[in-house]
Amino acid sequence: MSELRVLSPTAILGYGFPLSSFEAGLARDPHVIAVDAGSTDPGPYYLGAGKCFTQRAAVKRDLHFLVDAALKRGIPLIIGTAGGSGARPHVDWTVAIVNEVLADLQAAAKLAVIYSDIDRDLLVQELRRGRIQPLGPVADLTEEQIQTSSHIVAQMGLEPIVQALKEGAQIIIAGRAYDPTAFAALPVLKGCDLALALHMGKILECAAIAASPGSGSDCLFGYLCDDCFVLEALNPQRRCTKLSVAAHTLYEKSDPYWLPGPGGTLDLRQCTFEELEGGRVKVSGTRFVPTEKYFLKLEGARPIGYRTISIAGVRDPIMIGQIDDVIAAVKERVADNFRDLGDYQVHVHCYGKNGVMADLEPHPQPAHELGLVIEAVAPTQEVADAVCGFFRSTLLHYGYPGRKSTAGNLAIPYSPSDISAGAVYTFSIYHLLEVDDPAALFTMEIREG
Amino acid sequence: MRYVRDVASVIRSKNAGPYELTFDLMFPDAETYEQVRHSITKEKIAALYKIDVNQVLGIIHFAPAHAVKITIVRPRASGDLGETDVYGAQQHAPLFDLTY
Repeated sequence: MSELRVLSPTAILGYGFPLSSFEAGLARDPHVIAVDAGSTDPGPYYLGAGKCFTQRAAVKRDLHFLVDAALKRGIPLIIGTAGGSGARPHVDWTVAIVNEVLADLQAAAKLAVIYSDIDRDLLVQELRRGRIQPLGPVADLTEEQIQTSSHIVAQMGLEPIVQALKEGAQIIIAGRAYDPTAFAALPVLKGCDLALALHMGKILECAAIAASPGSGSDCLFGYLCDDCFVLEALNPQRRCTKLSVAAHTLYEKSDPYWLPGPGGTLDLRQCTFEELEGGRVKVSGTRFVPTEKYFLKLEGARPIGYRTISIAGVRDPIMIGQIDDVIAAVKERVADNFRDLGDYQVHVHCYGKNGVMADLEPHPQPAHELGLVIEAVAPTQEVADAVCGFFRSTLLHYGYPGRKSTAGNLAIPYSPSDISAGAVYTFSIYHLLEVDDPAALFTMEIREG
Repeated sequence: MRYVRDVASVIRSKNAGPYELTFDLMFPDAETYEQVRHSITKEKIAALYKIDVNQVLGIIHFAPAHAVKITIVRPRASGDLGETDVYGAQQHAPLFDLTY
């Protein structure tokens, strides 16, 4: 294989890209278009609720151009971590949009749909067999966490996607997938170096974020050769520099030399970054160290109740001077009033003091005005509404020591003043599962779309 | 004693997964990087964030980007009750007080 070319249109499917950049990418004759659609960064809600963190119209806009280009050129389009979290509702949501796009284009395609949901009973069995371990600073998994999680996914490695390519799929919609896999699957199938293919995928998955100036909504192009890969920005306003690419290697990870994934770890200790003419960067020296056993990363989220919030400002200097005491006193008043209401929690974010960093804040001196976000989380929306509303009204009229402003303590910007914010989820599973067969837990369906 | 903020070109924070918070300090050239990197210690980071030293998981020097990466345990899992910063993107400000 002399050179394998991969077009990455955008950092997240739905984040968009300039058509001029995309066309510049197509002009370089890519062998595959690959895009990552997922992240755990937006928090546990999206996995837990089965919702996507990007908007449907934005995803459809991107897919329209990606599907059209891939079919016209007869090259595969691979979507990793479909729908943001890659559980069944996210995958089905993406498949429905792809089908709409195909209908709009009056085109047909062979789709491979790969589900990454993991059966609870199987996980309980594996937990009892001692084949599940925490990933990072996480507690051991419990059977209760498995049973109460609304969605549990495993992050697939290359194998299921390579299999879909072998079966001739033109559009691959993968559930939760290790970010580089969508980009590396075709190169690896064609015999390219595994370490370089994965490392190139690791950078391409964030598209032009690795360029200078960086952007999450612009394309990046990768050329994979025998002993190196080369990255190129496709927008004349950006270029890849040694620093922009190396800096990206640090992004959102704890150790830039040692990047673990399914089946092994990328070792970047011997890696070199070299600037070429035309705003391109050449990377070489990456190695892949297989782990003795194959581990898949599990992710799960579970519902913990319903949230209601209320937003208010405080400008009175006497109240600001004792804001912690005032909030504590109102919390006590709420607890006394609702002692029979069951299990609820109230939290007040105090912007202008420590709203951004809470306990990590080294300078919690209050500003001349404070923004409060009162938050109640309870087993039902009704209880959350009741607790939040009661906290707000009690705080509004609370008579703190030395009060001169006796008409009201809060500047409330909205009527109605409280916002029912719906279901709340928490990450419940972030663990490694030892498997014998890297592909066995993932189910693939081939469909004519 | 000088402030790192006066010589760093990037000071940023972000989640590294839902359970860790990672900070990147990048310097404009190899010379500045060499001058500063050894004075960034777990003890200084723990003091700035008022956390135990064992909550500072690692400090890694990454020459290709003239960068020092610091990773700490997240105060709570991303999105848990009491969360203030789901992406962890605004937790870097105490590093402005870091000296070398």
